[in-house]
Amino acid sequence: MGRFIVRRLLYMLIVIVAVSMITFGLMRAIPGGPFDKDKPVSKEVLENLNKRYHLDDPLWKQYGSYMYEVMIPHFSTQSSAATLDNDYLIDFNIGSLQFQWMNFGPTYSSRSRTVNDIFRQQLPISAQLGVMALIVALVVGMPLGILAALKQNTIWDYLGMSISIVGVSVPVIVLGPLLIWIFGVSLKWLPPTGWGTRPPYFLGFIPYNLGWSFFRSAIMPSVALGLGSSAVIARLTRASLLQTVREDYIRTARAKGLRERMVIMRHALKNSLIPVVTIIGPLFAALVTGTFVTEIVFGIPGMGKYFVTSITNRDYPVIMGTILLYAVVLVLANLLVDITYAYLDPRIRYD
Amino acid sequence: MPNKLLSVQGLETHFQTREGTVHAVNGVSFSLDEGETVGLVGESGCGKSVTMLSMLRLIPSPPGKIVNGSAVFRGQDLLKMTDDEIRTVRGSQISMIFQDPMTSFNPVLTIERQVAEPLEIHLGMSKEQARDRVVELLELVNIPKAKERLNDYPHQFSGGMRQRVMIAMALACNPQILVADEPTTALDVTIQAQIVELIKRLRDELGMSIVWITHDLGIVAGLAQRVIVMYGGYFIEEASVKELYANPLHPYTMGLLGSLPRLDLDEKKRLTSIDGLPPVLMEKPGYCPFAPRCKFAVERCWNENPQLSEIAAEHRVACWVDPRTGRAR
Ligand SMILES: Nc1ncnc2c1ncn2[C@@H]1O[C@H](COP(=O)(O)OP(=O)(O)OP(=O)(O)O)[C@@H](O)[C@H]1O
Ligand SMILES: [Mg+2]
Repeated sequence: MGRFIVRRLLYMLIVIVAVSMITFGLMRAIPGGPFDKDKPVSKEVLENLNKRYHLDDPLWKQYGSYMYEVMIPHFSTQSSAATLDNDYLIDFNIGSLQFQWMNFGPTYSSRSRTVNDIFRQQLPISAQLGVMALIVALVVGMPLGILAALKQNTIWDYLGMSISIVGVSVPVIVLGPLLIWIFGVSLKWLPPTGWGTRPPYFLGFIPYNLGWSFFRSAIMPSVALGLGSSAVIARLTRASLLQTVREDYIRTARAKGLRERMVIMRHALKNSLIPVVTIIGPLFAALVTGTFVTEIVFGIPGMGKYFVTSITNRDYPVIMGTILLYAVVLVLANLLVDITYAYLDPRIRYD
Repeated sequence: MPNKLLSVQGLETHFQTREGTVHAVNGVSFSLDEGETVGLVGESGCGKSVTMLSMLRLIPSPPGKIVNGSAVFRGQDLLKMTDDEIRTVRGSQISMIFQDPMTSFNPVLTIERQVAEPLEIHLGMSKEQARDRVVELLELVNIPKAKERLNDYPHQFSGGMRQRVMIAMALACNPQILVADEPTTALDVTIQAQIVELIKRLRDELGMSIVWITHDLGIVAGLAQRVIVMYGGYFIEEASVKELYANPLHPYTMGLLGSLPRLDLDEKKRLTSIDGLPPVLMEKPGYCPFAPRCKFAVERCWNENPQLSEIAAEHRVACWVDPRTGRAR
């Protein structure tokens, strides 16, 4: 297993290089630049800006120095204060030695913030929203799917599956305002907009106030974002469990005289969860990176807005940084899934 | 006469499928004495498994449905018991072993967990008690280094070893009846022989009755006292082993026996060496189900389905023709 993990982390390096090259290429291939505004800036100003951000260097050099700053750790003996060009996501001292890693550079749309500032303040919120939505998807979807499978072709099955069709087909842009109107405006149970936590975060993204003050603002957006996926999980769980109960070993379990409840709990459930686990990886990635609309609807100061506007604004460092980070999240999520998979199914060995 | 341990009467099982009703088992009757071994033979799809699974109410339902019959075991009808009652019979008094030892084990649970289950639910053993007994059982079926293999998973055993574990699991509670549904079909020939020997030995040690389902009349010869031949959902011939092999009275049985010595061919070839296709079970025919493939068929065979009836002492057959003379009875 250890070797498998190391291998996958090395593979992640290849993914990062490939993703960065493609992104860099595409980003520079689309016409326009970061400083084309409605009112064009003067030629000298543009030249100065390009010089300031090294956009007048040859492309290979820009790419190379960007990747160097992002990927290669720096060690130095005299500590230097963070500046706009010199802001590292990981930055700590071991004795007198300073360790610095992952400088994603400045953002063009703000004179006082770096991409890392966005990662420290906005990205965690999107991650929290994504994780909460995933939890909603699982907590709602799996029991619904199990119920539907156990009561196959009864009212429970039809009811559950109808709800899940509605769940998939109602988009956040409809469900969000509906929830806000019911629970935020009419009943006044939950705050209609906003997000109930702020930096700093434990481990960079876990809120310290992990209680009602956080959840009350997180419930509606998480439900709005996660409900569609819960429907997907419910359908998959149902199909998988129905498949599993037809297996020979379920018949063996019944032939041993086990109660139906035990047959399901001990022999069917774990096996039927294996395919469900495999889609959690991509689903998690989709939820964490797909928070944009939800954030707009609920007025959440997350990553979504920055990412979308960075593309229209040609804010190259934000585009690159976000995509690279999402790529890492995706690879890590899938790695976690594969590890869980091996834990669930003893037949799977990675070495 | 020994006591009838089990008596099945008029058992009839249907499957409701999209194409219509499959008449898998059409009113079969048989009985089993204490300590007796009966072989149930017939080609693939003739209803052997469904017969025995119906008796224990283990057919998937829907689509399966037992529409008729009774199965009296020690004075109680298994088919009329409550779900809780039949659960106390399954795996303790009547056990089953299945054809494919690969798919019949749960891949994600250890051998110990799976073999211990009947001990825990029927005998109320604690985990520790059950563990000791599991080791004993595994040693009983000749698993080498049984103690060290408790935490292994099914895929870590070879096919033959897995079938041994399956036997250990079925025998955990000392059942009175063991239903063996083609337990050697998925194994290669040398392993087959070992498993047959093992079950013989255990039968003599533990004194249980066995219903042995198989394609293979050869295996039955060395193991059973009595043989039932099944075709198209019907029992068509039943006799003691000696009588059946010496004096088969149904053309289908003769075909099976005629194709027996051809060990050079694989199993499928040997069975299809009777010309024609197995019957479709979508309707209950008003004629003998074997008539379309029968060399001896006369007009009556096409008008009336023969009932199983006693032709000689302890020898019952369902056929209008005496194949030795080629004339109608
Ligand atoms: N779940 C099911 N749904 C529909 N039909 C079924 C089902 N199970 C069995 N049958 C039908 O019942 C008939 C008898 O099947 P059964 O499994 O008893 O055959 P078998 O004699 O045990 O054959 P084999 O030697 O291949 O195990 C078959 O024709 C099959 O099509
Ligand atoms: Mg069968």
